[in-house]
Amino acid sequence: MSGQILAIALTISKIFLTLAMAAAASRILRGPRAQDRVIGMDTLYVNAMLLLLVFGIGSGTTLYFEVALAIGLLGFVATVAMAKFLMRGEVIE
Amino acid sequence: MSTIETLPVWAAVLVAVLLGGGALTTLLGTIGLIRFPTFYQRVHAPTLGTSFGAAFVLVASMLVFSLMEARPVLHELLILAFVTITTPVTLMLLARAALYRDRAEGQELPGWDDDANAGRTRSASSGSPPSAQASTRRAQASSEASS
Repeated sequence: MSGQILAIALTISKIFLTLAMAAAASRILRGPRAQDRVIGMDTLYVNAMLLLLVFGIGSGTTLYFEVALAIGLLGFVATVAMAKFLMRGEVIE
Repeated sequence: MSTIETLPVWAAVLVAVLLGGGALTTLLGTIGLIRFPTFYQRVHAPTLGTSFGAAFVLVASMLVFSLMEARPVLHELLILAFVTITTPVTLMLLARAALYRDRAEGQELPGWDDDANAGRTRSASSGSPPSAQASTRRAQASSEASS
């Protein structure tokens, strides 16, 4: 019973998060300017992090959690570096 | 350590609601990222996913792992705190960079072209932005058209 409920919920949330990643990817491809592409990438990695957490709930191992934490840390650094680049023209002055 | 099928039914329903709600919130935020017309509106939409979407999914994960291992598993709070702290920083930096780029190229900025702002831009003393002349011209054109 609870296995069925959880299987349905996991499938639905995986579909939702995959659609959200596709939407963010379309914003990266379409975005008229560079800052639109950067915010699309920011959204894409947050959605990927949530998708990995959902996979972790489904598989029952904490390995996916570690990967999600690494993605969260590295995505923050990447977005800040790109915003700095858009602002100044170089990352480290 | 047990598998996910051995969870009680109330926990399964709660986790299902949290997972579906979190994923739906994230999807709605990303649809907003597609559909809003300007960048300054688009920058607000994905925070739906980083605030409530992430919170719902992480609470569901905490619940599942705490019940499966029969002890409180709270390391998802790490991701929650990190995402909550870093998202405003990132988006503030990005919005300031976009504002700087738009000003450097002399584009129309949002909020400068209202009729309410026309007087303020005309009397601005320190380095009037390039859109000030454009909005003043538009205000004159609209007054001529109405008269």
